[in-house]
Amino acid sequence: MAHEHKLEIFRGLLKFKSNTQKIWGVLVFLTIVTAVEVILGIYKPDFLMHTWISAFEGGFFATLGNIILSPFIYMKPLNLIFIILTIVKAYYITWDFMHMRDEKGSLRKMVVWTAVFLICYLIFILLQEGGYVFEVYNTDDALIKRDF
Amino acid sequence: MDSTVVSTGTEGKTWGGGNKPLGASYGKLMMWFFIVSDALTFSGFLAAYGFSRFKFIKEWPIADEVFTHVPFLHGQELPMIYVAFMTFILIMSSVTMVLAVDAGHHMNKAKVTLYMFLTIIGGAIFVGSQAWEWATFISGDYGAVQTKGGNILQFGEYVSVDGKEKFKRISIDEFAIVEESVRAEHERKNGLWFVTEESLPPYTVSEIYNGLEANENILVRNQIINEEGEKSVLSRAESLKQIKENGQLVVKGANLKVNEYGTSLFADFFFFITGFHGFHVFSGVVINIIIFFNVILGTYERRGSYEMVEKVGLYWHFVDLVWVFVFTFFYLV
Repeated sequence: MAHEHKLEIFRGLLKFKSNTQKIWGVLVFLTIVTAVEVILGIYKPDFLMHTWISAFEGGFFATLGNIILSPFIYMKPLNLIFIILTIVKAYYITWDFMHMRDEKGSLRKMVVWTAVFLICYLIFILLQEGGYVFEVYNTDDALIKRDF
Repeated sequence: MDSTVVSTGTEGKTWGGGNKPLGASYGKLMMWFFIVSDALTFSGFLAAYGFSRFKFIKEWPIADEVFTHVPFLHGQELPMIYVAFMTFILIMSSVTMVLAVDAGHHMNKAKVTLYMFLTIIGGAIFVGSQAWEWATFISGDYGAVQTKGGNILQFGEYVSVDGKEKFKRISIDEFAIVEESVRAEHERKNGLWFVTEESLPPYTVSEIYNGLEANENILVRNQIINEEGEKSVLSRAESLKQIKENGQLVVKGANLKVNEYGTSLFADFFFFITGFHGFHVFSGVVINIIIFFNVILGTYERRGSYEMVEKVGLYWHFVDLVWVFVFTFFYLV
């Protein structure tokens, strides 16, 4: 196939002269992201260790709000940052190292949409179930003993 | 004489056949299919890890306390430094791989050879590091006592660091009072030849209990995570009571059955997920070596295309991609 490469990253903010330069640029970016993750992981700043908003109480709309805002209500901000940074890294590995940026839109969608949909579904269903089993184990009348 | 049909009369039409809607060669497409299915396998493992962790969210081991070792730096607690190094190595070898692909596009055999070689070296360093991680994890750190219910009790004392009270772990080797052992390990040569026994734990529970009784400063902590996100430490009286009444087995290190760091599920998932990933890296290195020799022999030079390098490149980047997720969900979150 043709060997033209799209040489822009960050939506055209950064433009490289050659493909080799772009590769090194992406490496620098990925290294910075990893370094940020490690530093946050070692120091664990206090203000990122507790959720910023607590679950809404009340009727239907409270439940709906809890579902929509669940990453902010049930997850520590630090973990949310880690997951977002991971997805950012995954994006640049796929787009620039695996040359997804240069493939046709149809191939891109075939791979990404399929994987993203199935993985989201799998994660949702397993984590939901895990949370439920936790509740079963930890209610007041649970049949599981913890004192030995 | 009329020949058989050479033209269908549908050329140029969308459904006439013969066009490539995805604009990629057969080999590359199949590699993408494989990558998507393999990505689903890995996400199955990671989601199963999440499931088990959510089930035991209040008592799951804290990764920062488990993976604290760095080669050549004994006795220092440096959480994550080594894994971060491994991540960097793998990203770096991904870079040399993509440089090899780029050199292949320019039909530059010398450069492809060099970059493929560097990629193989990076992969080998990574696999070696992972083997070291496994060895450290298996041989264990401080040791612990497993209770009748399968929970893990660990030992430590409060020390003041910069004016703050901090719980510092103590190894069972430091306080256990060794008694005359009455229980010899059964071996095939000194007993029934058709029966085997796994090696005995380093100490008995009563040796640990005696050591704990003799040292006033040592406390027991269990696996329940408290409000501050730390494991709960028991009072002195409670510590003695727990070991006396519920202690069943002394555990050092981790395997598929017992795990001194906490729930044995954690060790099981560690071995399974990093092992499966390590197997991918290993097979990637093997495939890279094959391609490396093909490059040297000039196979792709004669073929006129280095697309094969591109295909293994896709696989290699995928292995890197998976590691990024394993790193996050095993070591960071």
